[in-house]
Amino acid sequence: MKMLVPMKLVPDVVEELIIAADGKQLDREEIALKLNEFDDHALEQALLIKEAVGGEIIAVAAETGDIDEVLFTALAKGADRGVKLVGDGLEQGLTNRQYAEMLRAVVEETQPDLILTGVQANDDLDGQLATWLSGILDYPFATVVSRVEAADGQVKVQKEFSGGVIANLSLQTPALVGVQVAPATPRYAPISRVRQIMKTTSLDEMEVEVPDVPGPKVVSLAVPVSDGHAEMIEGDAEEKAERLLALLRERGLLA
Amino acid sequence: MSTALVFVEVLDGKIAEITYELLDVARQMVGEDGTVTALAVTRQEMLKDLGKADRILLAANPNDQYLPDVLGKTLAKAIESTQPDIVLAGSTAVGLDVATYAACRTGYGSVAYVQKVAQAGDGWMAEALILGGKMVASVEVPARSVLQVIAGVGNAEQGRAEGTPPVETLEAEAAARTAYYGLTMPDTSDVDITKQDVLVSIGRGIGDKDNVEIAEELAEALGAVVSASRPIIDAGWMPKSRQVGKSGQKVKPKVYLALGISGAPEHLEGMRDAELIIAVNTDPKAPIFDVAHYGIVEDLLDFVPLLTEKINE
Repeated sequence: MKMLVPMKLVPDVVEELIIAADGKQLDREEIALKLNEFDDHALEQALLIKEAVGGEIIAVAAETGDIDEVLFTALAKGADRGVKLVGDGLEQGLTNRQYAEMLRAVVEETQPDLILTGVQANDDLDGQLATWLSGILDYPFATVVSRVEAADGQVKVQKEFSGGVIANLSLQTPALVGVQVAPATPRYAPISRVRQIMKTTSLDEMEVEVPDVPGPKVVSLAVPVSDGHAEMIEGDAEEKAERLLALLRERGLLA
Repeated sequence: MSTALVFVEVLDGKIAEITYELLDVARQMVGEDGTVTALAVTRQEMLKDLGKADRILLAANPNDQYLPDVLGKTLAKAIESTQPDIVLAGSTAVGLDVATYAACRTGYGSVAYVQKVAQAGDGWMAEALILGGKMVASVEVPARSVLQVIAGVGNAEQGRAEGTPPVETLEAEAAARTAYYGLTMPDTSDVDITKQDVLVSIGRGIGDKDNVEIAEELAEALGAVVSASRPIIDAGWMPKSRQVGKSGQKVKPKVYLALGISGAPEHLEGMRDAELIIAVNTDPKAPIFDVAHYGIVEDLLDFVPLLTEKINE
């Protein structure tokens, strides 16, 4: 089973988000980027399939931020190939449609049986990469997937709905899945192992152009104005704890 | 005169509530003079309370099979045949399958995570809640756009109306490449978090699996139950039955203690109707404080044991 895992970096929302001078996007010079957590689960799912039935995993990402480390980490975990898309304009970030269009060439070159990517990302304003890609490639697909098993030219998938309801499906390959969560916690690759891989392995670079395709026309980006805000309980920890317990007592939830 | 196409969500023999919310939004967008079409991939007898639509396109799905490939292609076919100005799908597990896919197949634009829509000149303006709810993007929405609308934007009661408008048949796409083997219902042997008065709910701030114990100790002292946000469930630290949020359970307890939960929109969807929300987080800017009634900026790993100790005194 040959698997392609498209990954991307997204703004780390735990860090401060700085809006660019044009007021329409984040200032990419000033924000921290991190691997989209759902992509990490997609890679883990691919690794589990490889362990179960064998196969090859190709991790791919566009050049931005610390993407080399992300791809080398994927190799350290067990991916067989890391492909880095290089070219002008990638540092400004991509819409998912642009990224999906770019990946078409990677799919043609690698001919995967299965593409696994994160179900969503915190910055996918124009919709999700998984479904842009399945639409472009015309592959059978499922998203919000929590388990994938490979069997006889097909993949069996479990798709999750709210409340824990699961649909059981099978897709003919080549197929695409948007992974919500892998059946196991994404494994950890020790830094020493990643450093060793960096010394002994190289990434395959693929020259790309940012496709000129329509995208959402953002008029402004702003911090949401909230309808309300919590009453903040001040004081030292002891005082805060006492106030919280008083709130519970007022409601008869504490003796 | 504007036209809208609404994707009707059907799962397990029921039309999902979001459908009625979308019909409300669609009617607001196109006005009483506009035309709202509802696309339903289901059985004729399932069509209930869709009176807000002017017509229904029914693609037969006699066995209620959930096939993403078929749903996405059928939505694309409906878009091509009706050429609506605007297409609405839910920002849900179903919408994630069909919305962007259909936009891609038809050349329509696509906007995700829409929390507000307003008329703007000949088109519309949408607000999309992105980056974990920390930013809102205002986006121009020209005609020929697909919007994924989050729960709560429309009013389901306003969108629900008795009667069935005229039904036209649309041939569903063939299910040649995907097979459906039915639904697996969730395990109900665990406690039902939707029926608890007090929930001690933990998020990423708990840091480590070993720290879940401090939340359990607090819950025990309060006679409460521990619930969690998605990352805790994904990490395997708590069972799926304890998950609060869009992909988990919607809860309305008397008290919801949100410990180390940042307040991503997907989580808020599941708990914002709690009677009293008290949030504890180290980040004073965490979105959870926008929906909480009371907020405390503290590290839960120190604060929660202190709280438990005081209760047990």
